[in-house]
Amino acid sequence: MADIIPLSSAIADLVHDGDIVAMEGFTHLIPHAAGHEIIRQGKKNLTLVRMTPDLIYDQLIGMGCARKLIFSWGGNPGVGSLHRFRDAIENAWPQALEIEEHSHADMACAYDAGAAGLPMAILRAHRGTDLPKFNPTIREIVCPFTGEILVAVPSLRPDVAVIHAQQSDRRGNVLIWGISGVQKEAVLAAKRAIVTVEEIVDSVAPRANSVILPHWTVSAVCHEPGGAFPSYALGYSTRGNDFYRKWDAIARDRESFASWMQRYVLDVKTFAEHRALLTRSAHG
Amino acid sequence: MADTTYDPEEMMTVAAARALKNGDVCFVGIGLPSTAANLARLTQAPDVVLIYESGCIGAKPDILPLSIGDSELVETADMVVSVPEIFRYWLQGGKVSVGFLGAAQLDRFGNINTTVVGDYKAPKVRLPGAGGAPEIATNSREVFITLRQTPRTFVETPDFITSAGYLTGGDARAKLGVPGKGPTRVFSDLGILEPHPVTKELTMVSLHPGITADQARAATGWQLQISPNCGVTPAPTDAELQILRDMKSRAAQAHSRSNLLSS
Repeated sequence: MADIIPLSSAIADLVHDGDIVAMEGFTHLIPHAAGHEIIRQGKKNLTLVRMTPDLIYDQLIGMGCARKLIFSWGGNPGVGSLHRFRDAIENAWPQALEIEEHSHADMACAYDAGAAGLPMAILRAHRGTDLPKFNPTIREIVCPFTGEILVAVPSLRPDVAVIHAQQSDRRGNVLIWGISGVQKEAVLAAKRAIVTVEEIVDSVAPRANSVILPHWTVSAVCHEPGGAFPSYALGYSTRGNDFYRKWDAIARDRESFASWMQRYVLDVKTFAEHRALLTRSAHG
Repeated sequence: MADTTYDPEEMMTVAAARALKNGDVCFVGIGLPSTAANLARLTQAPDVVLIYESGCIGAKPDILPLSIGDSELVETADMVVSVPEIFRYWLQGGKVSVGFLGAAQLDRFGNINTTVVGDYKAPKVRLPGAGGAPEIATNSREVFITLRQTPRTFVETPDFITSAGYLTGGDARAKLGVPGKGPTRVFSDLGILEPHPVTKELTMVSLHPGITADQARAATGWQLQISPNCGVTPAPTDAELQILRDMKSRAAQAHSRSNLLSS
């Protein structure tokens, strides 16, 4: 049953040091507000799972929240590198980061298998590539019917999934439309789930291509309008492509990253304050 | 008359765009492949179906996306499916005729590295990694690749094979049971390469106007073979350049607009 509670309470109650945390959202609906709250609460030793680490994990990794990263593409889309992710892998800064690397196809299937309650996913992948040499969780399996050699990867079963969505009703039934990524799979695969939403409405009205997560699959719903920025919520905002570009310079060196995080994340109490501060500085 | 003031990247994009045709279902990588695929859609291949890994099928963006999941793709798509579905049903299921990829490093057999420069466990440069590419490279019927040609990108030995081309050449790919034809064409800023029918070594089959064979050799980290029938790529037409430039200027304008206030 979903509790509609403040984000700070949801993170405090449901995300623990050492947890396996999957914060999903494929370009669209990335839960940035929740990422900031995890940083402010100083969570440690997390195993972070996410297909595309994006700016949200660049920030969590750079602030020392992560022990391990399970991922399939670690870049700033259309811009270049994630500099904090690179600094952690190349120079162990601010601490060593263990990586478990996959492709999008195998990771998407691993979430699907997690939601389906299976121990592993099977797919046609990785033939002729080097990744299986370095990731022992990518293994071969022989089809018992045809003899074809396929790939098996263990299913993903996070302790907690965190996503952002457009709407919830007052009971916590969640509605997503547009690019839905792997959020449904991540929530159904996880033991607990936190959903931040743009809007809480009297009743949700499903549209074409929309995904419903019933309130009894969600632990907490938190009202965080604009909580995906610089990612976006279709129908509410567009992607902050300008900010994705600006992030490159902010995150490029350790000092400018640390001072940006201090000013815009640690020294504010909420994501709404963060957004207001960004708006003032961008136009002031 | 053709405009002679185009730059090498424009020539590369135009050459790549010409390779797509109506009837193709193209799984599009972000960046150069996405620009080329959309140029194809706005010129000779209006019915090409563009698929982005975010789940957008039949996307027809007016503004080039910065990411594979910009709202422009969703709003112009025929349908939007989940990420597990795009990889399982549409790509692995055999619905894609052309996979269109970029690369950080490419070798003579069309193997691609987008993972690391240096040792995997202690990399000199950590690149983004695989994303959708390894399975696009094997589960599409054929693969086109586009990237700039320099000794740092066209390398003798890549540091990592992220996505399989013809592996060690000859019939190595087929022998290992890798599905798909593999990379059938590479579009660089200097010319067009195709695999030799037997050895599968990438061979220059067309040089862009003004580019010499020696220039192409000097920009290649292996001893580049030039086909005896090597031709000259037709220069971009005025119409191709106009459409490409309009598309890029719409994107540059849109991507530099701050949307903090609007959202």
